[in-house]
Amino acid sequence: MSEVIDRPLRDDEKPAASRLRIVDCDVHPSLRSTDDLNEFLPKRWQHHLKEYGSHLRTPYLFTTPYPRSSPLIARRDAWPPTGGPPGSDLAFMQKQHLDPLDVEFGILQVLDLFIFSQQNLEFGAAIQRAINDWQLAFWSHRDPRLKASILVGQDGTDLAIAEIERCARIGEYIQINVSPRANEPLGRRRYWPIYERAQELDLPLGIHVGGYGGHAPTGGGWPSYYVEEHQSNAHTIAAQLASLVIEGVPERFPKLKFVFIEGGFGWIPSAVWRMDQHFERFRSEVPHLKRKPSEYVRDQFWFTTQPIDEPDEARHLRSLIEWVGIDRLLFSSDYPHWDFDDPRFAFKTPLTEAERKKIFSTNARAVYKF
Amino acid sequence: MARHIVARTTEIPPGGNKVVDIAGRDIVVFHVNGEFFALLNRCPHEGAPLEKAACVARLTSPEPGVYERSRVGEMLRCPWHGWEFDMRSGQSWFDPNRVKIRSYPVAVERGEELQKGPYVAETFPVHVEDSYVIVEI
Repeated sequence: MSEVIDRPLRDDEKPAASRLRIVDCDVHPSLRSTDDLNEFLPKRWQHHLKEYGSHLRTPYLFTTPYPRSSPLIARRDAWPPTGGPPGSDLAFMQKQHLDPLDVEFGILQVLDLFIFSQQNLEFGAAIQRAINDWQLAFWSHRDPRLKASILVGQDGTDLAIAEIERCARIGEYIQINVSPRANEPLGRRRYWPIYERAQELDLPLGIHVGGYGGHAPTGGGWPSYYVEEHQSNAHTIAAQLASLVIEGVPERFPKLKFVFIEGGFGWIPSAVWRMDQHFERFRSEVPHLKRKPSEYVRDQFWFTTQPIDEPDEARHLRSLIEWVGIDRLLFSSDYPHWDFDDPRFAFKTPLTEAERKKIFSTNARAVYKF
Repeated sequence: MARHIVARTTEIPPGGNKVVDIAGRDIVVFHVNGEFFALLNRCPHEGAPLEKAACVARLTSPEPGVYERSRVGEMLRCPWHGWEFDMRSGQSWFDPNRVKIRSYPVAVERGEELQKGPYVAETFPVHVEDSYVIVEI
């Protein structure tokens, strides 16, 4: 039992970041229950959902990964007083997150139903479609700060293209999200039709870490511990960055923007240095690359900040930010998950007002054209 | 240091807590196994509200495969990033020299003792049969 004294922050408790209107590039809404999807899901797939549920590449029931560290991987203070899982109550999200942190735009990232990992591609496409509609009806239309993404599973590439077309006609979605762990590395040619369409529509490609593909999340196999797996998020998307760049996706689609979400950014400098070094040695193997890997990364890739790295010395974080590039970073909170970053306290190194403005707002506004 | 009467002992059940505003500060008072601890209601890392923290045991392992629990309920696990703190001292378990929650002295006194001193709360009815939780700040 606890009694909460609801006290607004005093002015002296508000560092500059919260006075700056922010764009939060990673906000997780949740279904209150799968019944929320009924109005968007044909009866055939409603029945499928009830009778068979998800068919994933994890082999047994309950091998899906919750809880991880905290029930539903959520902040313990993010459970709505009205019931339902964290992230399922718009009014509570507004009161706890959007209003006090002065979020000008929040980009929705849906993880429910392991949407990218469905092995039944028809079922996957049906729930992707339902969730794309649900994002508008339950979130964006009720709070115009919240922006929806077109979720598609790239292994059913033709289905994905059809869904992209449908959503693009609606015209309210701000990016196309694909899986970070598909059947093959993201640079493979079979996925290029999605990239081609994304470029034509001028919609950034969002790649949010996590989920379960059929492959172990580390090059060394399946980890024993959650702490070990959480660490591997960065390795997994580093591999996807290399795949996209070296297979020539940015070369082929030079106007396509990529946003890597929830992978942090500490791993980027060494990954890019290494790619450049190898490119110099092996460029005859990949003559389709006209520029150094780092140049593609600098021009076409952006990275959200959470989970932020916390070196012992603040100057090391500062160097890291400069190496990655202040114009490459987009603030994200990951609300309401347990490793949420508070925009007022996340950067434990000094930033100038101009730098803050870029990371917390204008970089994202440029990528997503708000 | 002023003394503030913050609750009747019966008001905070074992394992529970109460948040009080003392001089503009959010203080959270925990009841653990008959003892009371008062801490600033924010994690020193990113400011999470500690009233939502889990009260857990100290878990140690002398070697892989062997686990020991002690001091059940006395460790505080931050509701966001899971950093653990010793409720008695506010010190973090992983980096006690650098990271600490502000903690405050707590006393439990009987109402009749309070009545004799200068600290009878003006807005608080004092029943001599009750005990009260006092936080010094």
